[in-house]
Amino acid sequence: MDYIKIIIIAIIVNNIILSQFLGICSFLGVTGKVSTAIGMGAAVTFVIAMGNAITYLIQTFILIPYHIEFLQTITFIFVVAFLVQIVEIIVKKSMPPLYQALGIYLPLITTNCATLAVALLAVQKSFTLVESVVFASATGVGYTLALVLMAGIREQMEINGYPKGMKGFPMTLVIGSLLALAFMGFSGLVK
Amino acid sequence: MESTLKNMVLSLTLISMAMVAGLGFVYELTKDTIAKAEKQKEVSAVKDVLPSFDNNPIAEMKEIDGLTFYPAKKNGQSVGCAVKTFTNKAFSGRFDLMVGFLADGTIKTIVVLEQKETPGLGAKMTEPKFKNQFNGKNPAQFSLLVKKDGGKVDAISAATISSRAFCDGVQKAYDLYMKNFVHSTSGEAAKSDSTAVKGGTHE
Amino acid sequence: MSNFKVFTNGIIKENPTFVMVLGTCPVLAITTTGFNGVGMGLATAFVLVLSNIIISILKNYIPDKVRIAVFITIIATCVSVVELLMKAYTPELYKSLGIFIPLIVVNCLVLGRAEAFAQKRGVWASALDGLGMGLGFTLALTLISIVREILGNGSIFGFPFLPAEADKILLFILPPGAFLTYGLLFAVMNALKRKANI
Repeated sequence: MDYIKIIIIAIIVNNIILSQFLGICSFLGVTGKVSTAIGMGAAVTFVIAMGNAITYLIQTFILIPYHIEFLQTITFIFVVAFLVQIVEIIVKKSMPPLYQALGIYLPLITTNCATLAVALLAVQKSFTLVESVVFASATGVGYTLALVLMAGIREQMEINGYPKGMKGFPMTLVIGSLLALAFMGFSGLVK
Repeated sequence: MESTLKNMVLSLTLISMAMVAGLGFVYELTKDTIAKAEKQKEVSAVKDVLPSFDNNPIAEMKEIDGLTFYPAKKNGQSVGCAVKTFTNKAFSGRFDLMVGFLADGTIKTIVVLEQKETPGLGAKMTEPKFKNQFNGKNPAQFSLLVKKDGGKVDAISAATISSRAFCDGVQKAYDLYMKNFVHSTSGEAAKSDSTAVKGGTHE
Repeated sequence: MSNFKVFTNGIIKENPTFVMVLGTCPVLAITTTGFNGVGMGLATAFVLVLSNIIISILKNYIPDKVRIAVFITIIATCVSVVELLMKAYTPELYKSLGIFIPLIVVNCLVLGRAEAFAQKRGVWASALDGLGMGLGFTLALTLISIVREILGNGSIFGFPFLPAEADKILLFILPPGAFLTYGLLFAVMNALKRKANI
């Protein structure tokens, strides 16, 4: 498959949040402000791109040759958790300002289902190593896009009044619904 | 519990080992049932899509270009073939079909093996209204394209992508079947159509 | 807290979907038909009970600093067990839930209960807590999926509910409908809760 197609599909047509419902927790949780949404998006993009490269190698050179594919879930989640730890240590040592900005979002990435899901999806779609990493990076960009859109709208919504029962999560979900509807318009974009 | 390096490493290792051992045990326990469940659907689909036969198509299966062929014979004569085909062009990626062909390439029946299309839209391809329109049609005359693209297939409303993908899967099965299984005796049907079957039979 | 209260806590007072808002991915993704909703709910409930039991048994042997890693190992094992069992005995359901079965590992609900309950309490109470939370989750999923199936496909659990010629609102089966149904039901729950308090 050519890379442009993978990128367009991953970013807008099959947007990970708005059409695949992965990483919804952070979509609802950390979209209060545009700046935090960007930070979270960047951290997740980095982790899934790295994670996909490693899980691809594990799948091809360990799990398949030894016929232990049933250990896939366990090994993949370990890779993700391990990677998050490494990223945290490296960022803390070498880029303190970025570490300050990302703060608590880094450890949270471990339980972000987007990270594990992208690794599993890449295996399902039998991508090559390069395709897998391209797919992961593009998915990360799509994730960031959805987060930033949502955060921008929510910042505006703060100023407006709406029924009390809708406050918080219900309103966020309804906004999500409208965003998903808008993204459905892209569905015929790539044949 | 207090954390010391020794007990951290020890507990993590022991618990991981116990867990993996337990998982391995369950895997051994369910392995055969899983293999059977996976095969079961295919075997019954093969029977559903073929005309009556007296050989064992499962034993005679062949894999060509990722598609699986189950040839059916009666009294030693080929009566058709069940083809497990797939498409990657669907709305949610891939789906698998089992297509039954008669000896001359006419489609007998189609069974949807596995699909992840949207319920209420693309998933309607499992309904008789859509998939039965192929029954008894020979792709040599019945162009396997949706009407929008100039073919003869009625697409599922609001699910053109899924309908196109369905045709793609069937077409792939037909092309390979004609190329590899149908010899000069029944080549007439294939030759008459030059658009759908590019170089269908040069045996 | 009595055992009965531990059990009902997860169903109503701390319902994972409508109060705690944990594990929302499957809530939106697989609630297209009633069967999927119930199946996903029960699979999660099974993992919750199993992991809660194992963690409460082992709680005295887990050093604090590595507890999250240990919990995740245990949860991932339970999920893989469920995955294998479903593949063997309910292959149809397994296929329609797809990737969301292995993703139970990262459902914050499961890790959340391990951290908040199972690592402090006895085996019996932990099992009940897992069961209650699991059933609360199942009920919420079932409710959402029934609404979506009726509006979007005109059926309940696959049986025709609306007359065949009635127009269905396809949108409810599609992604926007998932967000909308969840959001509006959430608002209804909020309104009911406020009324009940007065």
